Amino acid sequence: MVLENDVEGIAKLADIHIQKEELAEFTSQFNHILEYFDILDTVNEGEEGEADLVNVLREDEVTPSLTQEAACANAHETEDGFIRAPRVM
Amino acid sequence: MTREYFFEGADRTNAFITRLDVAMYEETGGVLEGKGIAVKDNISTAGIPTTCASRILAGYVPPYDAHVVTRLREAGAAVVGKTNMDEFGMGTTTENSAFGPTTNPHDASRVPGGSSGGSAAAVGSGMVDFALGSDTGGSIRCPAAFCGIVGLKPTFGRVSRYGLIAYSNSLEQIGPLGRTVTDVNTLMSAIAGPDPRDSTAYDRPYTHTLSGDIAGMKIAVPDEYFGEGVEPAVAQCVRTAIGKLEDAGAETMPCSIPSMAYALAAYYVTCTSEASSNLSRFDGVRFGPSVETKRSWHDEFRDHRGALFGKEVQRRIMLGTFALSAGYYGKYYAKAQVARENVRKDFLRIFKEADIIAGPTMPQIAFKLAEKSDPLSMYLADILTVPANLAGVPAISVPCGTVEKMPVGLQLIGRHFEDERIMDAAFAYETEMA
Repeated sequence: MVLENDVEGIAKLADIHIQKEELAEFTSQFNHILEYFDILDTVNEGEEGEADLVNVLREDEVTPSLTQEAACANAHETEDGFIRAPRVM
Repeated sequence: MTREYFFEGADRTNAFITRLDVAMYEETGGVLEGKGIAVKDNISTAGIPTTCASRILAGYVPPYDAHVVTRLREAGAAVVGKTNMDEFGMGTTTENSAFGPTTNPHDASRVPGGSSGGSAAAVGSGMVDFALGSDTGGSIRCPAAFCGIVGLKPTFGRVSRYGLIAYSNSLEQIGPLGRTVTDVNTLMSAIAGPDPRDSTAYDRPYTHTLSGDIAGMKIAVPDEYFGEGVEPAVAQCVRTAIGKLEDAGAETMPCSIPSMAYALAAYYVTCTSEASSNLSRFDGVRFGPSVETKRSWHDEFRDHRGALFGKEVQRRIMLGTFALSAGYYGKYYAKAQVARENVRKDFLRIFKEADIIAGPTMPQIAFKLAEKSDPLSMYLADILTVPANLAGVPAISVPCGTVEKMPVGLQLIGRHFEDERIMDAAFAYETEMA
């Protein structure tokens, strides 16, 4: 079972601001859904399949791509051909 | 030579987010020359706004076409607009859209299904003959069933996902919607094919001539597809349809998919986990409404994403973040992957004896608007469609009658890369009913 402060912590990790008044509803819905997810406890972990994966990586070669102008076309703030972002610190 | 396509007719179902009254197409001699096609708003279209029905992508105009859109243009199609959907493909009703809900062309008080509800309503209402959708857990088949049209989720990898704005990339596929199996066959032939830009796309072009000859085809009918939660009238309608396939020469056999017990939970853990990663790119820096660059990174992004993502999107990102967090990864994500493998094994076991699997697409007819207000009750409606996504196998929904005057969908599921076989079975049914 998760509590309101757990949901607040998850929202912080996910970079989503949740209004205080929404917390109770989110928490209740989370518990409802997680209770349903508990059915996964019935899965036998020993039944894991064999790995039949193949490597699909190509050679790292430069190919035609978007121009810098096109890549910046949707950004609202640019400077010298770069996109401006908020400061990290 | 470039030609104009005049796209007319009132949009009574709110099927479109963006409409092009005059759309251009090339005389290429392709299979779709001069045909108007609606494209779901999570598929990138150069020069045409693409929002995923989200306020966080308002104003975004992609600088490139998705691979499927390039192929449509090469086939001579005119892209007439972008269709409404559940925000980022998250939903089963097309009510979770920043642009308001789409309604069902058969009954305006009901939903068209989701998340490709706009595409299905555009076809179902007769505005276009062809539309593209995307199917993560049933998002093509569900609205096809609810709107009385045909919708195909191809084998995973058969159609390139390059340019599809990713929500859950190990599950989702772009696929065709149309009024008839023949239309879907034509559209599928245009969009399938190799693409070096999508490392999961196979070189398996689709050049199929439909055949209604299904004599001797073995059809497995899973008990779970007619069990608890499936409306008896819907189940009966689908059983009658399967009887028509027997009339056409197919043989049926009962079967069981034990992994269905936890398939839905495995699906939602997987898709929310992938969503939590895929949607981290929506931070307002490179596209969408701008952020304030004077504040600090996390403060700005939290407020931006809190204000502009809809509630269902926030819920799924947070559920995925939780499922992947330290201490819970083993309980949720790791077990979901084992469960997913078990679903795949169940399908492989059944397909050793049977050619296809048949059952209802949805357990109910189209819901009333706002009927599924509780998230979990909406999730539960996907129980019959998600197994095909977990296993990566192809599945089609074809109309098979009505209950309370609303359409019911017959779902046909096939082996990996045997999209052609389920198309033939759907065509045989359609022909038998003609």
